[in-house]
Amino acid sequence: MVQYVPIVLFTLVAVSFPIVTLLIAKAVRAGSPHPVKGEPYECGVPATTTAFETRFSIRYYLIAVLFVVFDVETIFLFPWAVMFEKLALFGFIEMMVFLAILLVGYVYAWRRGALEWA
Amino acid sequence: MWVDLIVTVIKVLVVSTVLLTGVPIMVWVERRGSAMIQDRLGPNRVGPMGLLQPVVDAVKLMTKEDLTPEGVTGTNRFLYLLAPAIALVVAVSTFIVVPFGYDPGLELFGHAIGGFVVAPDLDLGILYLFAVGSLGVYALVLAGWGSNNKYSLLGGIRASAQMISYELAMVISVVGVLMVTGSFSLDDVVLHQAGTWFGFIPKWNVIPQLIGAITFMVAVFAETNRLPFDMVEAEAELVVGYHTEYSSMRFASFFMAEYINMITASSLIVVLFFGGWTLPGIATPGGWLGALATIGIFAAKVAFFLWFFVWVRWTLPRFRFDQLMALGWKWMIPLAVLNFLWVGVAMALGYL
Amino acid sequence: MEFLTAHFVEIMFYTLAALTVASAVGVVAFRNPVHSAISLLASFLFVAALFVMRHAEFLAAVQVLVYAGGIMVLFLFVIMLVNVKRLDPEQVFLSGKAPAAVAAGVLLGALIAFGYLAGSLGPVGPGPEALRMVDGAVAGNTEAVGWLLYRQYLVPFEVVSVVLLVAMIGAIIFGRRDAGLEEGGGRMEQ
Repeated sequence: MVQYVPIVLFTLVAVSFPIVTLLIAKAVRAGSPHPVKGEPYECGVPATTTAFETRFSIRYYLIAVLFVVFDVETIFLFPWAVMFEKLALFGFIEMMVFLAILLVGYVYAWRRGALEWA
Repeated sequence: MWVDLIVTVIKVLVVSTVLLTGVPIMVWVERRGSAMIQDRLGPNRVGPMGLLQPVVDAVKLMTKEDLTPEGVTGTNRFLYLLAPAIALVVAVSTFIVVPFGYDPGLELFGHAIGGFVVAPDLDLGILYLFAVGSLGVYALVLAGWGSNNKYSLLGGIRASAQMISYELAMVISVVGVLMVTGSFSLDDVVLHQAGTWFGFIPKWNVIPQLIGAITFMVAVFAETNRLPFDMVEAEAELVVGYHTEYSSMRFASFFMAEYINMITASSLIVVLFFGGWTLPGIATPGGWLGALATIGIFAAKVAFFLWFFVWVRWTLPRFRFDQLMALGWKWMIPLAVLNFLWVGVAMALGYL
Repeated sequence: MEFLTAHFVEIMFYTLAALTVASAVGVVAFRNPVHSAISLLASFLFVAALFVMRHAEFLAAVQVLVYAGGIMVLFLFVIMLVNVKRLDPEQVFLSGKAPAAVAAGVLLGALIAFGYLAGSLGPVGPGPEALRMVDGAVAGNTEAVGWLLYRQYLVPFEVVSVVLLVAMIGAIIFGRRDAGLEEGGGRMEQ
């Protein structure tokens, strides 16, 4: 477990830094609250809806699903890449088959317009 | 045991201090650099050449009133406060696996330093960086969600869609480098790039893997949300996106995170594709002097790419969001895959 | 102090396990779906820490990269897309889902009991060295995973790509039919 000591220490520094700066800022900053200052920014016009009623395109969902699929694919690339020389040609062909099957999905997504935004 | 710990603590403190000092320096470089590119003077009143300007900026941001928009209450308020902290923590803690110099078995207090990298024996190497870096997207989503402002929410969602799209291209571009190195340790990646071809061409990964280097660089520009990919902010459409409702030091936290991410991104470009601390001719020097020289070489290369970030920001206009997504999915990913296929073929044929 | 150093691993394990369970409970207990999602994220991260404790570094990285960095983002998108404020709170214990929940709970309990009896959950597992052996030599955990995966588990690996393909096509079809991607353009229509 010794190799994780630097990570723990560095993460401690990383976590304490925002806490310390935000606390210092809290001590020294100005404060003159006014109800108008608390309004959500809407270019000076009173906001008519809350943010949670904003509607989004379904494409964000599609992008996220495609991302998860490709993310899993890239995860499989990592152990393959570092072992590339040891696995030799057999491993290379194996990965080509894997990629070829996924290429079908990629082409399908492209042809169906799932990669188009507008 | 205790000496071991002390050496690690010194390393952690020095690296985090340098990283955090890099932020005000980059703010100054950005402001002076933008002025130079736009043919104006830039900040020049505080200190020689405006060098103390970042200090004044920091004092100003510290003492500004901190506003929390109404409607941000209860646990949503917790998320609103958490977001800038996540941004900073993720930005700072990704630097841990970057090797910034060559250690020819140096000792401190009679104890081996174990390389100029904070976590030398980490099995995961660059995977750690990608894993922790992938958490950065939560800062944007939570800031957007917690702010109770539709511009923030739109900016946050857009930003996360952009970041996950380009994360794929970034991760796949690195596969080629891992193939030739055969290790996750970034120290090994750098050592593999020491030496030359034909006596004068440095063995940097950028030469055989130019496509990978380009896709990686474009992807990290998108990951750090810098122009031409700052859709996150897009002042013309979204006010400033996810940090619209942030002020004072919380606003500054997002900016510090952006600059720290830039430093990490530049270091990664240098380590993965531009030979890290190596220079043709200076492969593995010895002694403290040699170690300092390697750190200097690394710093110079990183400084160049940091300037490149600034240069690009003040030169190129912003993409449209549909163009950005099309570039990410239709160009970057196929090109990154092509890069490692080429590396595989070249290695199988014995060229690399 | 002596107790602490002697049982450091056990203490870490049970602390992390308790945190994992607590954040998993938070997922069901929170009313606001975004808070549930954040709680789930915390639980993923604690599980990753548990993987690291058992010297499965690669699994830990996958856990963070795919679950925390990918799947949770998808969940958050879905939560924001469906506009949770308009959904009626679900009456879990009155609807027909209770028997299914009970059955799932019993099955999970049986699985844990079986695992415990089979000894695979005991404190002693394969040592850290066994998880990083490549061809008789000590390399790294990821290398060992690659060595096994691409030689011994060839067919499952290729089947994964088919599963991913199905997932991708399914997502595109769902995105088209349910929310009208065909609006404007019409390319999704056919």
